[in-house]
Amino acid sequence: MIGSPDVVAFTKEDDFGDGGYSDPWVVPEEFSVPLFPQANNANPWAKTSYAKFTKDFILISEFSEQVGPQPLLTIPDDPKVCGTFDLNYFSLRIMSVDYQASFVGHPPGSGYPRLSFVEDSRVVLGDSKEGAFAYVHHLTLYDLEARGFVRPFCMAYVSADEKKIMLQFEELSLRFSRASECLKTGNRRAFARELQRKLRDLDYTRSVLQKEEGLQREAGPQGCYSAHVVEKANELAAVEKSIYEHRDLLRQITSYPLRPRRDPHAAHCQHCVTESRRHTDTHGPHTPHTPPDCGPGSRGEQGERRQSYTPQLIKGKSAKCFDKRLKTLTELCEESFYGATVELLTDTERCFRGDLCYLHTRRLDRALRRKQNVTNFLFEEELGEEEEEVAALGRIFCSLTHTTGTDSHNPFVVLCPVPLEPGEVLEENPAGPASFAQQREDLLGEERLESTLSDLTMETQDQESSEENKDSFGSDRSGGEEPGGEGVGEGKAGDVEGEEREEGKGVGHPDSNPAEKESSSEDGGSSPGEEDGGEEEDQSPVFLLEEEAGRRKTERVCEPEAGTEGGSEALVQMDTACCMSQEGFLYDPSPPDMLPGPGLGPGSLPLPLVVNQEPQAMLPVQGAYGLGSPRCLSPGAGLDLSVPSLGSDCTMSASTGSEQTGSPLGYGGVVTLRQRKKAGQGALRFVRQYPFALQALWSLLSGRTLVVLGSEEGRVRRLVSALALYVPGPGRCGERVQPWLSCQFSLTDLQRWKLIGLQRMGSPVGTSMLCSLSRYSRYISVLDADQKTLRCPGYRGNLLSNMADHRTHLRRGSTYFLHLQSMLSSMAARAFLLSFTHHLHLPIVANETRREVEERRRGFLKDQLGLTDDDCRILLYLSHLITQRYLETETGGAVKTRPSLEANSTSVTTQQDPVSVTTRDHATGGAATPGEYLDADAGGTTTQLDLESVRILEPATVVISEPCLDPANGGDATREQNRNPAPEGTVTPEQYLDSATGGAQTPEQYLDPATGGAKTPEQYLEPATGGAKTPEQYLDPATGGAKTPEQYLDPATSLSATRRKVPSSFTFNYTTSQVFKI
Amino acid sequence: MLRWILGGREAQGTVEKNSLLFIGEEQPKNWFTELQVLKGHFDIVRFLVQIDDFRFASAGDDGLVLVWNIETGERLLELRGHSQQITAMTAYTHAVGEDTHTSLITASSDRTLSLWDPDTGNRVQTVSDLQSSVKCILVLERLCVWVSGGNELCVWNRDFQLQCQSQQHDDTGISAMVELPKNCIAAAMDKEIVIFRLTMSTGSQLSVAEVRRLSDHQDSIHALINVNDGLFASGSHVGELILWDTIDWTIMAYEHILWEESQSNPQAEIRLAAPKPSEMSIQHLTSDGELLVAAVGSGLYVYSVLTKSVVAYRKTAHDSNILHTLLLPDEGLMSCSEDGSVRMWEMQDLLLPAEPASAGFFGMWTFGRSSKQASPPVKKILECPSLKTLELTGDLIGHSGAVQMFLSFGEKGLVTCSTDHLLIAWKNGERESHLRSLALFRKLEVNGGL
Repeated sequence: MIGSPDVVAFTKEDDFGDGGYSDPWVVPEEFSVPLFPQANNANPWAKTSYAKFTKDFILISEFSEQVGPQPLLTIPDDPKVCGTFDLNYFSLRIMSVDYQASFVGHPPGSGYPRLSFVEDSRVVLGDSKEGAFAYVHHLTLYDLEARGFVRPFCMAYVSADEKKIMLQFEELSLRFSRASECLKTGNRRAFARELQRKLRDLDYTRSVLQKEEGLQREAGPQGCYSAHVVEKANELAAVEKSIYEHRDLLRQITSYPLRPRRDPHAAHCQHCVTESRRHTDTHGPHTPHTPPDCGPGSRGEQGERRQSYTPQLIKGKSAKCFDKRLKTLTELCEESFYGATVELLTDTERCFRGDLCYLHTRRLDRALRRKQNVTNFLFEEELGEEEEEVAALGRIFCSLTHTTGTDSHNPFVVLCPVPLEPGEVLEENPAGPASFAQQREDLLGEERLESTLSDLTMETQDQESSEENKDSFGSDRSGGEEPGGEGVGEGKAGDVEGEEREEGKGVGHPDSNPAEKESSSEDGGSSPGEEDGGEEEDQSPVFLLEEEAGRRKTERVCEPEAGTEGGSEALVQMDTACCMSQEGFLYDPSPPDMLPGPGLGPGSLPLPLVVNQEPQAMLPVQGAYGLGSPRCLSPGAGLDLSVPSLGSDCTMSASTGSEQTGSPLGYGGVVTLRQRKKAGQGALRFVRQYPFALQALWSLLSGRTLVVLGSEEGRVRRLVSALALYVPGPGRCGERVQPWLSCQFSLTDLQRWKLIGLQRMGSPVGTSMLCSLSRYSRYISVLDADQKTLRCPGYRGNLLSNMADHRTHLRRGSTYFLHLQSMLSSMAARAFLLSFTHHLHLPIVANETRREVEERRRGFLKDQLGLTDDDCRILLYLSHLITQRYLETETGGAVKTRPSLEANSTSVTTQQDPVSVTTRDHATGGAATPGEYLDADAGGTTTQLDLESVRILEPATVVISEPCLDPANGGDATREQNRNPAPEGTVTPEQYLDSATGGAQTPEQYLDPATGGAKTPEQYLEPATGGAKTPEQYLDPATGGAKTPEQYLDPATSLSATRRKVPSSFTFNYTTSQVFKI
Repeated sequence: MLRWILGGREAQGTVEKNSLLFIGEEQPKNWFTELQVLKGHFDIVRFLVQIDDFRFASAGDDGLVLVWNIETGERLLELRGHSQQITAMTAYTHAVGEDTHTSLITASSDRTLSLWDPDTGNRVQTVSDLQSSVKCILVLERLCVWVSGGNELCVWNRDFQLQCQSQQHDDTGISAMVELPKNCIAAAMDKEIVIFRLTMSTGSQLSVAEVRRLSDHQDSIHALINVNDGLFASGSHVGELILWDTIDWTIMAYEHILWEESQSNPQAEIRLAAPKPSEMSIQHLTSDGELLVAAVGSGLYVYSVLTKSVVAYRKTAHDSNILHTLLLPDEGLMSCSEDGSVRMWEMQDLLLPAEPASAGFFGMWTFGRSSKQASPPVKKILECPSLKTLELTGDLIGHSGAVQMFLSFGEKGLVTCSTDHLLIAWKNGERESHLRSLALFRKLEVNGGL
């Protein structure tokens, strides 16, 4: 071979990612972060890459039988991507790997050529000289004209980072398998079609030859065969043999998907199997013993062919010439499938953009966040589409159906069951339903009419079945989200229509009779016009989506540098981190809002897909939104709708003219992570500029509406968008934030909005506005942007001091944002704890009064969490929000997304026991274990606690532990031993706290987020989610208390369980306000 | 620093004038820490009626009757049927077999009377084409009848059949009615109180006859209530408060509330102007049998029925007329006013005369600068030691218009209705949060964990 490519045969069984995975005790694998090799005390960001390309790309190459290995295309298709990297050379390298030699021929004992169904192979190749490493996915496609009917291709993910490929092998493999499946499916279709055409050609040729032969035989003298006749006879025989060969090939290709597969990634999804079975039914059984022309199964093909294809006479020696043009990949796979593949690969490329650690932590982050949907709404941005992405990665999907099922932005082509040849599309009248009749008139033959009719019936059937499926589909998709996903919107519905139709066939009629299957195959095959029409209809929403996607792309265009020059920038960041206080050392102070480094790189955007949003159910007022109304698209529309009667005189100023920095928040857009990060800069500025920022933040976090009063819109909007970061549960579109209000506000507005930008006006309107400001002064804090004063209650606490230190050394907005995120999520974690800890709300013993319970709660907050009164307010407010949200969501959120049990979860349970037992041992009655466990627990080192708390993340454990906490059995009696549960609980919060802060340091030895400016998401993630995940462990005390809450519920609340549209309430405190000045 | 925020209508002057009542934002005794705005009406909401221990109905000028759940704030029903404003509403409880069933009777300016079932929202009965619109309704549970008062007094049975009616009175009509012993009804008609007697003739035929006219008030009577078994009280536009004997309808006590007289220590406020009649008008009376609270103009006047003497008073309890009052247990008092606020008061024993009103005492309630003005009542107290003070312990700010009425559900909260078309449910935040927690754990249990 050329050179010596350091081929690393890489199999799934291999234990990749040494280090973090070795000890099963450490962290659940799904949340672990591989340690940076400690041995060489190197800079984790230092890259020693000699690659000649700037960023990862995907390369598709072919081993052409004419010219050898050649690159076909790169994704992204941009010459700049590869730079001076020699694609030809690299293609040679990756294609020269000898994977299962594909051959077709006459294997011994078989009369016909056999197609070898070659499994894909996956290898990691590296070229250390070039500094390029690649995950290479080899696949073969079938081409009737190619040598041995096969065309070897490969798709390669090329990166300069070997580790990235190694660690992402699984995922890469999964995604490329999907792409490969897509290509191959298309290819099989194309191949089958090609075969059928060839068969028709051969048939025609045979008939012509027979005719000629007959003529000659008649013409020629009896019993005497001229050489000509003999030649003809031979030719005929050859044609007939060829026919049989091709029929066999056709049979083979159509029976393909039913074969048992060795390849783990080549998923057998129900849909695929049924579809292929359908296919086999139509083609397989008939073709061998019936002439293709009159085979009922190929009726569809016929109809199609009559319109588009007339058989040609095949010359005797037409095969395999080296001067012929080889089919392009597009032709090989049908354009639609090709497009889908490219889309998949583009998505893959997008998905793997950025640094490895970034990818890893992003995944962790998402995985964690999905588990915390009880508290997520407080400060995290919505997972939205990304969630689906994650879901898609976790399992093995069939490339076709499931991609459409999970990724809403998938190419629409995949959705239509049988894509059309481009030519046909042009030929046919690409009309909607309107021209359907016309199309029917066009169809002259009876057969066609018949087939169309059958199409029609099939269509209705499909409609029905798709209706059936809609439910399951909807619930499927809405996974952990709120139900209501069903009405997500027209666009979405239209989008999935095709897919549902498919599913309807596949799942709805798994055992329906062959005729039906036949017709369903015709559905695709013979009524292109109709299909086309349907597609047309579907297109508009899809276009929307694509535009959306396009927009996202362009959004990202601005930061490829950031993404790819990670190494160099990271280095600078390190310096920055060391000399944080010296502004001169800042890497790039000019665009402070720019996303820093690869860590926060491009892919991190929570791609806002409009149709994907389900309306936020936080506010009943907001609930007036119609389901699926694209409110996020139309700015301002939300307001009008949401203020039904009272505030309807409000007019929201839509002017954005004076808004320089652009406030992203408020109505009319999903608050994306990126926007929030941008807001981080503003927030940092606010914190540094205003000494009373602390009080302002306290107002926001404790639920007191903050009114930013000012005459200059830009300034007010900037302040609002900065402060919006601190608004707990701002809503998906920032519903609780009103960036600019220029009319008088009312009490209901205070209820709805937690942060209001208010225009100061001189007119009488302004006077009355000030009047209402003073009237409602007890409910609001007023930040005067003009005079730089703040009027609000004073804050004495320490929870926020780290968040709003105006002498902070943080210099960059995004750093501050991350810091803030970590603080906030730790707060959210504590609030979760407060909300869901049973004994903080319910009596432990029978005769405990409410007062005592309250006392215990106070003790918990003050003594165990160490909070002051004012800090308690924050937690109480957050807890209030969590409770409300939990009560409002129909199913309680997480129930649906609960992952399957892990093998190691049993051990987790035992580990968890001590924690839960501390509060519920009377429930289980036998208090044997708790004591010992407790000691061990209390004596445990921080790291141990750490680990434990981290381990306990899996909701699975919650499920498991339930059997043992069956609360009913009057365990109250044995309460004696556990006289004082609160102190025992002391262990737990402590633990949690440790893990919150300690998590940041231990695993990665990265810089402390607060001081270090380095922006690896790792460090951000850890404290943030590390804090937030722990509370799961307190779930048990919640449910496992001695008393069932029912006993304490008065009828009042049971009534409230059936509440319909309940107006929201807001709580407040009677606290004297003070005025703060700069 | 506060100036910019206090600007506008409530300019400095106003603040100074009412500084006595400026309680500030720190109100430790005010447990209404959660509010819920109930929207649904399109016009002034005037009436609140309790149906049972968790439901109430509201009605007002938009002719709508809405039934609410106080616990959740949920609007349960919308009773539509009246084309004009509702002038009176009352709950009508009657026994149905074992249990009682409560219905609603409403009267409207469209001269109809309707009976509603608050469980189903059905309009069970309706009477239209009355001779005059009904201004008040009185249910006589003992007789299983109810009485409507308009220009004439009509007696109806449970099935909305007119039993009898009095003859046409003058245009002023009946503004208030109370039930008296011996099947008598006292009806306030302008300046007079007319006593009617219902008599059951043979064949259970009811008839109504005027028995007596009490013409001791100098001006029109705004309020008429039962105090206890032996007394009923009436209050007039010029501040006359008369206690009557329920049996022989004689005057038991007569108080003419003139703020100037009671204000023994001439203050700046007295010199402002001679009091307009409206300032002395008794808008509302309420009693718990021992104490009688009169809303006199914007002031409050607490009168002890037992000792026949004034217990406590406050001339300017609100910035404008008080519309509704309520006596709470533990010497508490609530009032709502046209100024849009609800205030909570506590009758406190005065300090001993020897003990000067310490700043600390008032400082406790954070009167701020108002502590200076708080001294006059203290001085006055020296003169009449039997008096108690009405101390402001909290206020509920939320409505932007006059608070017409409020309805207390005890610890479940308080509902206020207002000219700003809103109802506000005021609740104890702590209790509510406790209930929410319970609901949460219940749901947890139902869901089997998170």
